[in-house]
Amino acid sequence: MADDKDVLRDVWFGRIPTCFTLNQDEVTEREAEPYYLLLPRVSYLTLVTDKVKKHFLKVMRAEDVEEMWFEYEGTPLKWHYPIGVLFDLHASNNVLPWSITVHFKNFPDHDLLHCPSNSVIEAHFMSSIKEADALKHKSQVVNDMQKKDHKQLWMGLQNGETHTPPILKRRPQTTMSDRPFIQKLFRPVSPEGSAHSLGDLLKEMYPDAITNDGEQKRYQVVIHGIEPLLETPLQWLSEHLSHPDNFLHICVIPVPTD
Amino acid sequence: MSTRLTFLSATRRRPTRIKGGIPLTVSQSVCCRATAGSGVTSQVCNTNLWTASSSPPAAGSGRATGMWMKTLRESPQRKGCLCSQGWSYAIDFPATYTKDKKWNSCVRRRRWLRYRRYKAMDTWAKIPSQQTTLPDPFSDISCGGWEISEEPRGRLSLWAVSLQGKVWFRDGIYHHNPEGSLWEEVFLPGEVIQISCGPGDLVWAVLWEGQLIVREGISRDCPKGSSWAVVESPSPDVGAIHVAVGINVVWAVTKDNKVWFRRGVNSHNPCGSGWIGMVGEMITINVGLNDQVWAINCEDRAVYFRQGVTSSELSGKTWKAITVPRDGDRSHSSASANSLQSAGCYFCGEVRAQSVVSDAESDTEKGSADGASCHATSTSPESFVDAPTDSSNPPTDPPKPRIPKVTSDSFISELVSDREPGKSSRDTGSAPPAVPEEESIPGEGEVKAPCAGSALSPSQSGGPLDPQWSNVDLEEAQQAQTVAVQDTADTCSLSSVATYTLAMEDPYGADEHPLWAWVSGGGCSVDSHSQLNWFNFSMNSSSLVSSVQSMSLSVSPAQTAAWRRQIFEQLSERTKREMDNFRHYEQAVEQSVWVKKGTMQWWRDWKPHKWIDVHFALEQFSGPDGNKDGILFIYYNYYEEKKYLHAFINEVTILVPVLNDSKHTFAIYTPERTKQRWPIRLAAATELEMHDWLALLSVSCCDSRGIHGPPSKQAIWSITCKGDIFISEPSPGLEAMPYPTPCDQMFWRQVGGHLRVVECNSVGIVWGIGYDHTAWVHTGGYGGGFFQGLASSTDNIYTQTDVKSVYIYENQRWNPVTGYTNRGLPTDRYMWSDASGLHECTKTNTKPPSPQWTWVSDWAIDYSVSGGTDREGWQFAADFPASYHGYKTMKDFVRRRRWARKCKLTTTGPWQEIPPIPLSDVTILPCTAQSSVDVIPVWAISNKGDVLCRLGVTALTPAGSSWLHVGTDQPFKSISIGAASQVWAIARDGSAFYRGSVSARSPAGDCWYHIPSPAKQKLKQVSVGRTSVYTVDENGNLWYRQGVTPSYPQGSSWEHISNNVRKVSVGPLDQVWIIADKVQGSHSLSCGTVCHRLGVQPVEPKGQSWDYGIGGGWDHITVRGNSVEPPRLRLPSLTDPSSRSPVPVRNTEVNGVGN
Repeated sequence: MADDKDVLRDVWFGRIPTCFTLNQDEVTEREAEPYYLLLPRVSYLTLVTDKVKKHFLKVMRAEDVEEMWFEYEGTPLKWHYPIGVLFDLHASNNVLPWSITVHFKNFPDHDLLHCPSNSVIEAHFMSSIKEADALKHKSQVVNDMQKKDHKQLWMGLQNGETHTPPILKRRPQTTMSDRPFIQKLFRPVSPEGSAHSLGDLLKEMYPDAITNDGEQKRYQVVIHGIEPLLETPLQWLSEHLSHPDNFLHICVIPVPTD
Repeated sequence: MSTRLTFLSATRRRPTRIKGGIPLTVSQSVCCRATAGSGVTSQVCNTNLWTASSSPPAAGSGRATGMWMKTLRESPQRKGCLCSQGWSYAIDFPATYTKDKKWNSCVRRRRWLRYRRYKAMDTWAKIPSQQTTLPDPFSDISCGGWEISEEPRGRLSLWAVSLQGKVWFRDGIYHHNPEGSLWEEVFLPGEVIQISCGPGDLVWAVLWEGQLIVREGISRDCPKGSSWAVVESPSPDVGAIHVAVGINVVWAVTKDNKVWFRRGVNSHNPCGSGWIGMVGEMITINVGLNDQVWAINCEDRAVYFRQGVTSSELSGKTWKAITVPRDGDRSHSSASANSLQSAGCYFCGEVRAQSVVSDAESDTEKGSADGASCHATSTSPESFVDAPTDSSNPPTDPPKPRIPKVTSDSFISELVSDREPGKSSRDTGSAPPAVPEEESIPGEGEVKAPCAGSALSPSQSGGPLDPQWSNVDLEEAQQAQTVAVQDTADTCSLSSVATYTLAMEDPYGADEHPLWAWVSGGGCSVDSHSQLNWFNFSMNSSSLVSSVQSMSLSVSPAQTAAWRRQIFEQLSERTKREMDNFRHYEQAVEQSVWVKKGTMQWWRDWKPHKWIDVHFALEQFSGPDGNKDGILFIYYNYYEEKKYLHAFINEVTILVPVLNDSKHTFAIYTPERTKQRWPIRLAAATELEMHDWLALLSVSCCDSRGIHGPPSKQAIWSITCKGDIFISEPSPGLEAMPYPTPCDQMFWRQVGGHLRVVECNSVGIVWGIGYDHTAWVHTGGYGGGFFQGLASSTDNIYTQTDVKSVYIYENQRWNPVTGYTNRGLPTDRYMWSDASGLHECTKTNTKPPSPQWTWVSDWAIDYSVSGGTDREGWQFAADFPASYHGYKTMKDFVRRRRWARKCKLTTTGPWQEIPPIPLSDVTILPCTAQSSVDVIPVWAISNKGDVLCRLGVTALTPAGSSWLHVGTDQPFKSISIGAASQVWAIARDGSAFYRGSVSARSPAGDCWYHIPSPAKQKLKQVSVGRTSVYTVDENGNLWYRQGVTPSYPQGSSWEHISNNVRKVSVGPLDQVWIIADKVQGSHSLSCGTVCHRLGVQPVEPKGQSWDYGIGGGWDHITVRGNSVEPPRLRLPSLTDPSSRSPVPVRNTEVNGVGN
């Protein structure tokens, strides 16, 4: 049997093939070729799309360019979610590569946060870690972490590195990324001492997601592009499938009807 | 937890108790099997069966039945060397002791020893083997079954396997008859090689062909069971070789060393339902009381414990090595103390403090080691005779066991006593470190107990006296011996013979550990939720790990497999789906990463500190915006566990070559490590290698900070006691109020060359003085030395040489008969030593300070020692260490003289010589930021103490043209010129002088004004900034000159600012920087530390407190180039920003450096 470490490797190495196309409405000097990239699942859109920006700026005039943002089938993509979560949530049942539309105008202020620089992403990332830590350990760990540990996490993420060790030993704690977005701390062990499973969590958080006997399966529960069995212990999931921001992002998506 | 521990090694054959009381039986010998149940320990020794029984003692309770008593028993050499009452006499501690009291006997000692005797029950009793027609000795035993029924008390099942593959069941074992009464043969489907019996009703055995058999029908009424069921080996091609059972578990090892867990085993289904392969390769495995698992790894032969075994997850989580450090570590600790000293030579002050500590440590350790060996030898007198011969024997010629023509019992006792010395004197590694020292005494005595006890035992009438049996035993034993000799290379663990090999050829020293062959945790009850502190060595120190570990998952192994398999399968599907078809896509994040790797030695962070081999790697990458960054990694082993240490290149503040006469070492600091006073210390194999690494690391550090080219005019210069030159570019906020850049964040880079003093000013004029007093001027270049390529300017680099003296001391003590001789008291310092007397330094063994230096003269007596000498160079004192004087008095019993030898270094750097006058101090006018001075005043003190004024120094001609002599009444030693041309100097008598009327038109001034020194202090150095005048005296006090005004520039009085100061540099902003004598960090102490005075401002020129920067051997600093006025920072105020004046001062305590 493969080692649990391999799971971590798969999680950190996960890539999503993506095709970026420029929005039709953008004013260009000549036609923009689509741009193909492998996006790291655990990273953030604005952090890894410098190449995309450069590519499209070649065909645009500087005065037509405002802040870049991304959209998939009409939904603006929130850069502050990990790329893998965005994909699982919006596009997991569609054909690959993932086709993202690039915009340079009409930034949807209502839907997206502005992201003027990488430091904003870093700040967001660090605040996620702190938030996760506050939920889990009442902030002990992050406060004890030295600046360089934060930095190591961040640098690892920025550089697409995978050997970066997960510095925070994770205690389970979970978010649900669905509409509406639920974020909650969930203990991995019941008061009686038995371990909670993914199913237990869903039962409490989002009972609709569970398929009862004799029912048609209505929802998929996706983590990192896979559907773990409901009896999978949360503890294990949290230890192995958490994102670098220390959250276990669980996507509950409706089963495609067709 | 109720615990009982037996710890068994082949050579000891006795139960020992480990502190903490984990019952665990470990054996080192292949001819030895042991099994521990609740309260009963049995074992096969040379194929005879022994049982030791006692009422189960409380964990760790020693069964001391004796009192402390004086021992008159001594080792044979010392026999008869004691007078009455056990005292022995000597001149001084430590020395040779005699039994006679002589006139010069000043001390006496006697040894106290505490006897401890085990009660009669706690001995090994021989169990007679079953009488059959053919000799069929036992090869394996297993006992258990005590949970089948409560009554009768102490009932046990004991299963034994004979060499012929038969299985025997011992009948009639109960509390009052622990050796049982009868062997019953058990019918078998094949030949058994090994058997395992759990505390309950599980009994499994391994057949010769590789299948396993399970005993069925075991019950309260029929503990022997009724029939066997065959279970196939876990893997069809490879047979099982070993099985271990617990209450509800069965573990097996196959011949390929794979470990298997049997699923679904319980009372109703002893055969279980299926095998699960586990991670790890083991040679043997054992299950303890509540199904805890122990094993011996086939690779490193260490004992492992299965972590996370709970009643709900019986298969556990991971293997964890149990660390059993050995005595070898002790001997290494003293070696490491030595290397610490050499490592620290560079951090001279720092080292001295450290080495005192380490000396003390190594002393105590030596002491305890000595004590231990004393105990061991004294208690086994007959073995002591063997010890010297043993150790002198080469490993290929081990001592032949004396084979007696008697019974096997006495043979064993001979064997034991033969092996004992080798073990006890050198390889106590087989015993755990936690064994209290005094326990080794009864232990030794006890070794003989089984032999004696068994000889008297009435229950073994038949066996031992039978000549046939003893023959078998002898043959077996002899074979074991010869095999051991031949196999030492492979196993290195076979009893005494192998230990000789280990001791003599041991190439890895402390990193080796005993190679275990057998483990039994039969009596070991480990609460699955308790923290096992014996892993703390090897485990990640993070307590979070253990918190995770103790959390039990109530998932059975089968289910575990299901969800885990699902995840693995889906992940690999995901990879196929999302990545495999798109490999040709560009990666979003592309890194140009390159890695340089190498091996080095690292001064490890934990005690005992010593150099260990590590892998070193520098990973450099250029980010998307083109800036370079990197991480350096140091991979090391921490008690068998691979770990690493890392540092971000952009956080490294300095790379310091460290003075070491044998290793090529350097230190890496970060702000954190500067605070700790504990850098990463590394040693490269060769000088070239070290210089390669230093150059490379230095370039990456500069790259990551965007620092290139020559130093700026504002640069801060400093020099280490090794003569290496460092520069730091001051950040704009360095002198900011109220929050200056912390000193420990300053980045220092090295420039080539070798100097003792450097002075600069803000138009970029930099002068230096070498150890040989040669004056040098900076050419404006950078690099040189080991820097190559872009890190070094191509022109402006010249050859530089420097010469310095190495000093050693010859010490003598006065003796009424012979006068002064080189034979001191036993307690005296070395007769040839360094200045401290702590280290022996002879003419022949003293080396130049580093491999870069070469001797250029022979040893010569040095007469120029402070305090004066007589005509032969001697200084006298009442005793070591004391203050010395250059003439002999009646009270002087010791004398010393200093010898000097010159050595020379040749290097390159951006320096050009200014001949011909040798200098001892120099000062350059600190210019303010936009000053329009053309000709810059430079003053100097010559080697002889003359005051000189350099003419013609401009920014373009920094070397100037000629010297102008300035007359003085006496020789001077220090000089400094302030921004307003105020010249202050210190005379050799320790008083200060002010030079009047110095100006551009009269560059040499007109006359000296004498300024008395502070009461009872002799000044040694002065530095003058814009207006401030600071001096340092010979006792390390820092003084500020009060009352200096333009109209009265001499000032009025000295005000004490701080102690613990070696040198001061006052800059054009009146900023005050010093070299502090000692600064205590969180991990260590550093001497010679750069410190910055905080809170200095025009209204408060004396400042308030110190900020501590880089340290550990710094000798000199000059900040006189930094004239960059910091931005005036106003703190945002909610009420009225304009009214916030003066700027609030950071509320720090006023304290002296190091206080």
